[in-house]
Amino acid sequence: MSFFEMHDPEGSVRDCYAEVQRWIDDTGVAGLHRRLEEAEAIFRRIGITFAVYGEGGDPERLIPFDLLPRIFSRMEWQRLDQGIRQRAQALNAFLYDVYHRGEILRAGLIPQELVYQNQAFRPEMIGFDPPGRVYSHIVGIDIVRTGPDRFEVLEDNCRTPSGVSYMLENREIMTRMFPDLFSRGRVTPVDNYPAQLLRTLKEVAPPACKGDPVVVLLTPGSLNSAYYEHSYLADLMGIELVEPVDLFVEDGRVWKKTTAGPRAVDVIYRRIDDDYLDPLAFRPDSLLGVPGLFHAYRSGGVTLCSAPGAGIADDKAIYVYVPEMIRFYLGEEPILANIPTWQCGTKDGLAYVLEHLSELVAKEVHGSGGYGMLIGPKSTAAEIATYAERIRANPGGFIAQPTLDLSTVPTLGEAGVVRRHADFRPYCLVGKRMRLVAGGLTRVALTEGSLVVNSSQGGGVKDTWVLRD
Amino acid sequence: MELAVRHQTTYRYATPANQVSLLLRLYPGQLDCQQIRSWEVTVNGTPVTEFPLNAFGDGEGFYHRRGAFSEMEIVASGTVATQERHGIVSGFTQEVPLPLFLRQTQLTQPDAAIHALARSLAEPEPIPRLHALSARVREAIAYEGGATTTATSAAEALALGRGVCQDHTHLFVSAARSLGIPARYVSGYLLADEAGHALRETHAWAEAWVDGLGWIGFDATNGLCVTELYVRLCAGLDAHDAAPVRGSVYGTTEIGIQADVMISLAAPSGSQQVQQQQ
Repeated sequence: MSFFEMHDPEGSVRDCYAEVQRWIDDTGVAGLHRRLEEAEAIFRRIGITFAVYGEGGDPERLIPFDLLPRIFSRMEWQRLDQGIRQRAQALNAFLYDVYHRGEILRAGLIPQELVYQNQAFRPEMIGFDPPGRVYSHIVGIDIVRTGPDRFEVLEDNCRTPSGVSYMLENREIMTRMFPDLFSRGRVTPVDNYPAQLLRTLKEVAPPACKGDPVVVLLTPGSLNSAYYEHSYLADLMGIELVEPVDLFVEDGRVWKKTTAGPRAVDVIYRRIDDDYLDPLAFRPDSLLGVPGLFHAYRSGGVTLCSAPGAGIADDKAIYVYVPEMIRFYLGEEPILANIPTWQCGTKDGLAYVLEHLSELVAKEVHGSGGYGMLIGPKSTAAEIATYAERIRANPGGFIAQPTLDLSTVPTLGEAGVVRRHADFRPYCLVGKRMRLVAGGLTRVALTEGSLVVNSSQGGGVKDTWVLRD
Repeated sequence: MELAVRHQTTYRYATPANQVSLLLRLYPGQLDCQQIRSWEVTVNGTPVTEFPLNAFGDGEGFYHRRGAFSEMEIVASGTVATQERHGIVSGFTQEVPLPLFLRQTQLTQPDAAIHALARSLAEPEPIPRLHALSARVREAIAYEGGATTTATSAAEALALGRGVCQDHTHLFVSAARSLGIPARYVSGYLLADEAGHALRETHAWAEAWVDGLGWIGFDATNGLCVTELYVRLCAGLDAHDAAPVRGSVYGTTEIGIQADVMISLAAPSGSQQVQQQQ
């Protein structure tokens, strides 16, 4: 039986959910459904959408919103906060290390080939010191809860984690619709996230920057699935949203074309993959990107957030070693546990995984978004056999993990409160110092028993509360 | 030996380009086997200054211009003193992790035929083995200009059985890496090929790592290790990575590239100058 976050083991409502339970009782199921319809109408009006790759249909589909908040007590958050910061710090230390001396590899703690032969490792970054030695400025860590006191990290996102706009919008809509729930000030606000993000980005201004740093958000354009988030964040930070064609490099600096002439840009919060940043440096066949951008970066004329090559830290093959990183760089024990992971690239791992595939969750090392994964217990024998063939063809491309007993959170169902599996993604900001807004994005699997929370696979979102007392 | 080099690349555009960006890896490094006496890179007559060394320890320059122009003329020229060091290439100021050079790329990804070629080498000792590999590469891909393009992979060139120095080098590094030997692609200049003919273009060869000796240059096309006749520009994982000139142009299409390399003995004053150009 999965841990239901609303109840204690005896089945009574936990203190942190007491107020929400009263609100549910007072409003009634029919009342909640009416309010949910109102919320959906508002979302549709604002236009929050999240296009889904590879599924066809409406690219501007509304992501389902669930009215009932997911709640963490102050004590629970304190531990999460420490664990998240610890992990973000270790991941950045790892990135600095592998692009310099590679001490952790020399020490034999991580196999060298896993790093150097990995496509996510960018040789172009070797020996370069990014401002503040920060590579990943926004670390999104996907966490699941498997018991009252047990939080485990599912994966790290060190490149350009998305979804923070939902954290902000979900809170916005909840405070707008249910001001009473927030009137006592028990819920820690999250609306300072854009200001903290901007402060973080300004802290890593390049050596060439004089005065107040000019920050822009670089988007691939309006066809990108997260374009809404790009424009929303740029708007909240009061910075310009630009596309590659708006920028050019000259005299070692990056310039934005404006009607009043070129204007120097100091920091680029880029929501574009490494491959499409600069056709001269990375993908000679790419027509996208800003020619010369990488060289302006390497010579101190601009800062790219995140740094090219930051993805080596969130590679699923590297994930296994994050607890080692924490011990090696910080001399601490990991506060948040990793999920036991079998690497099909190893002989023992492959044998175990092929034998137990029906009990495991198998994933592609370089995949994301819940695509191309196999949930053994929920798959047919034929699906498992097909997947096993894929693993055999390229063992190094796959990992497998046990099926976790994910916690459930209260969710509004047709007839009342139902229990649905959820995960959690906080966003840790890393500049000269670390900042972590008390909250994050809770994604919930809306189908009973489903373990897949990705929005691309029919998951929904809900507001996440961290209580102050 | 002192070598005088003049390497000119000319791009012509159908209509005037309105923005041109060039990444130039045209700066030979200061190494034990080569010292730079003088060197300059210009684009349309304007000198292009060199950036700090890139991750592979090679010099790079970046040129950008907006405006209207129908031609770009890139000239790298100067004098380089070279030494015969039996193929050993040393004196790098930057350390690049060796396992990086075991990474295959799209252009070097070995197929069954490349694995088989690599495994067929019987020589147990590293240097004879690499020489044997060099010879096998040359046997497997007959030299023929125009048979392949810059996008041809090692596997495709091997299947075709014809190609140029780029294909020989891709096959060499692909097979070496598949044997666990770090190897890289090198671009540069060669005074004259084995028949004594002057080369009018840039050349490519491979460097392989041998424990105890370091990087050794193998020119599979000419069946020898690098000598004092070679000037080394830059290295990378494949030909894309080690391209001496990369360009990005907006507002027009390219109608022609013309490259011309003139390399000759820059003999000390008084002695006879051997002119390799015809």
